[in-house]
Amino acid sequence: MKDSTLVIAGMATLAAGTYAFRLSGQVLRARVSFPPRAARLLEGAAVILLAALVATTALTQGHGFSGFARPAGVLAGGVLAWRKAPFLVVVITAAAVTAVARLLGVP
Amino acid sequence: MAIGLSYGAIAVTSGFPLWVPAAQSVLVLAGASEFLFIGIVTAGGSPLAAALAGLLVNARHLPYGLALPPGVTGRGWRRLAGTHVMNDESVVFALAQDDLPRKRAAYWACGFGVLICWPGGAVLGALIGSAVHDTGTFGLDAMFPAVILALIVPDLRDRMTLRAALAGAAVALIATPFVPAGLPVLLALAAVLLLARAPAATAGAADAAREAGQHPAAASSPAAGSRPVQSGRAP
Repeated sequence: MKDSTLVIAGMATLAAGTYAFRLSGQVLRARVSFPPRAARLLEGAAVILLAALVATTALTQGHGFSGFARPAGVLAGGVLAWRKAPFLVVVITAAAVTAVARLLGVP
Repeated sequence: MAIGLSYGAIAVTSGFPLWVPAAQSVLVLAGASEFLFIGIVTAGGSPLAAALAGLLVNARHLPYGLALPPGVTGRGWRRLAGTHVMNDESVVFALAQDDLPRKRAAYWACGFGVLICWPGGAVLGALIGSAVHDTGTFGLDAMFPAVILALIVPDLRDRMTLRAALAGAAVALIATPFVPAGLPVLLALAAVLLLARAPAATAGAADAAREAGQHPAAASSPAAGSRPVQSGRAP
């Protein structure tokens, strides 16, 4: 693993900050009202971050292209998820499609 | 539980020791942000940048706290414990109930259910993942993006969100060859500007839209989302 002190610091930051978010909403409740627009923007930002993570982990390896097998598997999983397939089916299909593609010699 | 399993398995096959997913699942207790953290650090990004990205994902807990009626989490130490088990599920189920005792029961049952299932699944998944050495052959590297995609698919059904997400993904992909690892995902946030001019355009957003040569009235209506922020806006 990378530098574990840094990883621990990152984990602690994430844990403490998340707790602070959880608590501050309840504490602030009596005093402020949170505009729904802002809530929507926050939610949108989260989805954008995660979508970018999907794209980069599916299509890239280091600074280059990951090959076709992995994105093919992810795409198969994505189609199933869109069609409301159960979570496990989605994940196993993604892995299986990628594994079979590699078996057939797809990079 | 199934998501916890894949989380643990993915974390260890990405090269993290077992205690990382185990500790995170208990201490952070917010799945998507933990995946994001693991993903950015695995790609070579700084753990602190990964934590900040995770915090952005978890910022939704602030409006959750605002939406929860007082008394659901209780007072004193109960509140401190109850605060930790605040998550998408416990808030949704609490808001769906009619009176306070039921809200409280639903919140705590659901919160503790997640507190048991998520770390339990993560540790089990990590143990299974530790037994696998050649992750490429089994296509396990495709699991990570597939899991996250499955998590965000419900949000992507809203067209505005979908468009912004695609734009963000494109930014991240274009940036990948040129910037240090971990940064592309953060750069994707620029796409949030696409959402800023969405519903109920304020003066500022209208200005931004005019600058972009777009018409603010073209915005779609807010999605009938399953998230409590939208469905149970109490205050």
